[in-house]
Order: sequence, then C-alpha cells, then structure tokens
Amino acid sequence: MGTVRKTRKALVDQTSCVACGCCVKVCPMAAIQIVKGTAAQVDTSKCVGCGKCARECPATVISIREVTV
Amino acid sequence: MKKKWYDYLWIASLSYLILGFFNILFAWLGLLCFFIPLLIAVAGGNKAYCNRYCGRGQLFGLLGGRFGLSRKRDIPKWMKSKPFRYGFLAFFFAMFFLMLWNTYLVFAGVHQLRQAVTLLWTFKLPWHWAYHGTLFHPGVAQFAFGFYSVMLTSTVLGLITMVLFKPRSWCVYCPMGTMTQLICRAKNGPL
Repeated sequence: MGTVRKTRKALVDQTSCVACGCCVKVCPMAAIQIVKGTAAQVDTSKCVGCGKCARECPATVISIREVTV
Repeated sequence: MKKKWYDYLWIASLSYLILGFFNILFAWLGLLCFFIPLLIAVAGGNKAYCNRYCGRGQLFGLLGGRFGLSRKRDIPKWMKSKPFRYGFLAFFFAMFFLMLWNTYLVFAGVHQLRQAVTLLWTFKLPWHWAYHGTLFHPGVAQFAFGFYSVMLTSTVLGLITMVLFKPRSWCVYCPMGTMTQLICRAKNGPL
C-alpha cells in the first residue's frame, strides 16, 4: 500500500477566465499557460502550489486546492 | 525572470496619453491598440496581445503592483460575469459608432469641429491647446478628439478599478480583451 501524499495545486475556473495572461507572467515554474486564447491551464506536474497566480489573477478565478497524489 | 523588449511597452502607452495633451492628432496612433489585437486573434487565434504586448495592462500592473496604488481586493462577482462583460463590450461599441457618426458629420460639413475631449461619455473637457490645425480635413481632427476620448475614458475607468480592486482589473472587462477572447473561442472551439 502506497502512502497518501497531499500537495497543493492551482486550479483555474476556466469558464470565468478572461485569458489575460497575468498568471503566466508571475508563475516562477512556467506551469501555467493561456491555451488558444480561451483560458488559462495549469500543468499540474510543474505546479508547486505557491499561489502567486491566484493572488495576481484580476478576476480571482484561480484557487489553490489540496490534492492527493 | 529576464525582461523582454515587450515588457517595456507600458512606456508607449504612457507616451500616447501624454502626447494627446500636446497634439491631438497623435490620437490616431491608438488605432494600433485596436487593430493589432484583432489581427493577432483573427490570424493567430490567440490572445498574445493581452498576454504579452498590452502596454496599458503593464502600466496598471506597474502602478498598482510596484507603486502600490491598489487595494488588491477581489473584483465583485457581477463585474466578471458574462452579462456585464458582453454588455460593456456592446455599450463600448455603441459609443464608438456614435463617435464615428460625429466624425462623419464633420466630414460631411454638417457640424463644425469641436475641440473637446469627452470624458466618461458625458463630461466635455476643453482641449483646444492640443490642436494646431491639420493639413487634412477638420474631420481628421474630429476623429482624433473622439478617439482620444475613448482612450482616456477607458484609462480612467481602468485606473479607478485598479485602485479599488486588483491592479489589472481593467483586463476583466476590457472590450478588446472580451472581443479577442470571443474570436478565439469562435475560431478554436471551447477548451
């Protein structure tokens, strides 16, 4: 049996995202991108859950969630 | 992170606003902020303009972020709702066409050139000091006054929401941003 590990990741509410790209500029891991000019998408393998994008987002559509891996 | 050349485009946006105080005909340059994002969205299907090149966004980011002129609160829910964003786009469009109509009336000789900048679609500010005549038709100058009104009004709105909410709150309801996102959605389909 593997151990349950918890980690934090950014989660984008893509239906409300305005695709401005403010999050992309502040991400220190280059883990977030604007896909096709539509919405931001997080690469969860790169995201370390620091929360910079969530703080920057002018529409406040990014939240930091605890996820199990 | 290393800064790129396009991280300094806020200087262009700031210069644009300042130049309008000296010669209103510089207002024509603002058309770049209309056509470049549209071209990128239509041809490239992305929002690279918002994401990288928008000098106004950078200016708000700088003033609200580094200079601390923002409360950094969450924007109210209704302001990021689709009805408000699309409604504001429609309103902006309507005001833009009204401005074009007023320009046409000057070209047609029905109205005389009015040397004023209209702030927030209501307040007529005297702006005659920035007009030194034109080599072309007075209509060319009327468009400049009208277009500068659009740019100044949206900057003032952006500054207000920058102070009240997060620095780049303007990006949430920016008509160009909403329009380019709609174009990208239509072109690429939903995510």
